[in-house]
Amino acid sequence: MKKFYMSTSPHVFSRDSVKKVMWNVNLALLPAAVWAILRFGMDAFISMLVAITAAVLAEWLFAKLFKQKIRLWDGSAFLTGLLMSMTLPPGMPIIFLIVGAFFAIGFGKAVFGGLGYNPFNPALIGRAFLAASWPVAVITWKEPTVGALSSISAEAAGTLTSTIPAEAVDTITSATPLGALGQAFSLNTQGVIDGAQLDAVTGALSSKESILDLFLGNIGGSLGEISALLLLIGGLYLLWKKIITWHIPVVYILTIGLLSWVFGGKGLMDGSFLFSIFAGGVFLGAFFMATDLVTSPMYSNGKMIYAFLAGVLVVMIRRYGGYPEGVCYSILIMNAFVPIIDRFTKPKPFGYVKEVSK
Amino acid sequence: MGLLTFKKGIHPPDMKFLAKEKKIRRIEAPKELYVPMSQHIGAPAKCVVNKGDEVKAGSLIGEKGGFVSTNIHSPVSGIVKAVIDHPTVFGTKVQTVVIENDGKNEKAYLDPVKPSAVETIVPGILAGGIVGMGGATFPTHVKLSPPADKPIDTIIINGAECEPYLTSDYRLMLETPEKVVAGLEIFMKAVSAKKGYIGIEANKKDVHGIFSELLKDRDDMEVSLLQTKYPQGAEKQLIYAILKRVVPAGGLPMDVGVVVQNSGTAAAVDELFSEGKPLFERVVTVTGNGVKEPGNFIFPVGATLEFAIEQAGGLTDDAAKVIMGGPMMGFSVDNLKIAVNKGTSGILVLTENEVMKEDYDVCIRCGKCIDVCPMYLSPYKYIELGEQKLYTEAEQWNVMDCIECGSCVYTCPSKRPMIQFIKAEKAKITEQRRKEAAK
Repeated sequence: MKKFYMSTSPHVFSRDSVKKVMWNVNLALLPAAVWAILRFGMDAFISMLVAITAAVLAEWLFAKLFKQKIRLWDGSAFLTGLLMSMTLPPGMPIIFLIVGAFFAIGFGKAVFGGLGYNPFNPALIGRAFLAASWPVAVITWKEPTVGALSSISAEAAGTLTSTIPAEAVDTITSATPLGALGQAFSLNTQGVIDGAQLDAVTGALSSKESILDLFLGNIGGSLGEISALLLLIGGLYLLWKKIITWHIPVVYILTIGLLSWVFGGKGLMDGSFLFSIFAGGVFLGAFFMATDLVTSPMYSNGKMIYAFLAGVLVVMIRRYGGYPEGVCYSILIMNAFVPIIDRFTKPKPFGYVKEVSK
Repeated sequence: MGLLTFKKGIHPPDMKFLAKEKKIRRIEAPKELYVPMSQHIGAPAKCVVNKGDEVKAGSLIGEKGGFVSTNIHSPVSGIVKAVIDHPTVFGTKVQTVVIENDGKNEKAYLDPVKPSAVETIVPGILAGGIVGMGGATFPTHVKLSPPADKPIDTIIINGAECEPYLTSDYRLMLETPEKVVAGLEIFMKAVSAKKGYIGIEANKKDVHGIFSELLKDRDDMEVSLLQTKYPQGAEKQLIYAILKRVVPAGGLPMDVGVVVQNSGTAAAVDELFSEGKPLFERVVTVTGNGVKEPGNFIFPVGATLEFAIEQAGGLTDDAAKVIMGGPMMGFSVDNLKIAVNKGTSGILVLTENEVMKEDYDVCIRCGKCIDVCPMYLSPYKYIELGEQKLYTEAEQWNVMDCIECGSCVYTCPSKRPMIQFIKAEKAKITEQRRKEAAK
């Protein structure tokens, strides 16, 4: 007699798979990645290629070492490599990228049991490790080399040059808008520049032209953080594909914007909402890092709490911390709270809610 | 117009086009029938015939074996060839009466009873061996006997037929809607309910139209148009969709004054009271890409799957999986000698390409199972807990509230077998509860 397949119900399935999810996220990053290559040239391309290759190799090596399922081509290691390279400046030494990718896959993921069991975002673990090991390389920015586009950093530097004492100009090394802002604030605190000069800098940074440059990506910065617009397009694709939900990106971005508006300026409600969300890695973090399926909360309410707290951390780190940017640490710190957030946000099942009038 | 529905759920391709246009065909009964004594939830019926006994269509061959149990009747006239243990869809063997059909089709129906008095309806339904025909096969007379402190004000006829592929309820409602309405009327009388609803999914607009026309002058009955969404036909979800009443956890529809009956059950009850015909045959959809000519048929209970599939043109060369019921909650079988029973709404055959053969993958905590669970549970958790045999924890995570609709597994990118683990956990917890109760 013919042998039939047997299984527990259900017997039909959606066409979704881990592979599809991961490659879709990679695809969503593509516009921003291509823009980085156009903007920074071969440096950016080599960074991505090296990080991705190293991540995939590391995946194979650690899977062998820990006897885990080998999943080279499901796109998850590829994604870790790509994401990590996008959080780093162009022109990172190749050896750093390789070390970072191995650390991300090995200590960010494999030691916990592989995909699905890692509490922290592996790409950010990789970046954090590099930032701790070679802090200078991680914040050494190159001017964009390709395209005769106006650069906000040049504009900001120009404003600074024209308004502040000559001896302070030398200390303005930052090529990113957030860096320039942070330095202007600290120079003001040190008394090198006065309030009016600070206003001139913040004014230049949050001017219409500057915001538009930020939004479109005509700026310096890490590979993946320069164009908020292209990241937004990728994010919308992920929302459309139902790979992520709106909760984390919307709450994260709004929290950062609102808190920066209230506390990010010289006085209360003096900061720039748009500058704070378009500058730095907010969009990359909001759509691609904080939403990492494995390391974010399971329930909608939990997602909103997590995103809100991460947003608070970003503003605190930017305004009061030692780094110009706080996206990476805000997400890593909140990753640690995911189990406890999940525990307290589990909804009541259907039937435990109060009965609607009979 | 806003369609009624519940929260969450999934939208699988409905695949009903395969059999939707096929009129219900009455099939001449096979030569040999295997009628199991357990075609319902509860105690099996006690067999009341012996080898060599003569039976007619409608003769009582099994008598109810407890309160939650019901009668079984012969679907044909002929001779009892043997009483054996025969495999069923659940993998266990049950006592089965093998009847040799003499082809004369002599009838021994019950005396038709006027369903006028409340007192005659419930015993009549028990005598006729009626059970829920949507698949759960809960004895209907039990559902219609609520305790005195739980008055029923509403009957809902479940015409959602939310399982993909199946079209038996659709055809039955399309071809004999008046029987469904007559059945609803009897149910309402049985429990003195004031209001009756017929719930129809929006993919069966024609049926909705027919019922609207039939019920246009009545204010005690109404037809509700439901969003096409799975599991729209699950009792608690259906009640919520139509009445916005929430059946409490661990409770029954009667706790909110409702009894839900399948449309096929309603039609069977009408036939019982108008013709005295007990439940011994039913409409079955035989469908899927694994059969050559999908269709809707009236089969006697006891007809084998083999016989049923032959009526649909037989298996295709690439037929690979046979499912009794729908693709979401049905049971796969590997023995085609298993018989059609009172709850067999469909027989689905999937092909080699349609069968999932890959091993399941890791959980990537995407939360999709949570997003679709109509009971607001956290399905992903049950595999984690089941693997570690943490049954008490599974109970704390409300595994007992799971309705096993399968939406979580359907939607899971990793195809993790949540339902398999949930069923095992429920069985363990039930066993534990029984042990504790016995102490």
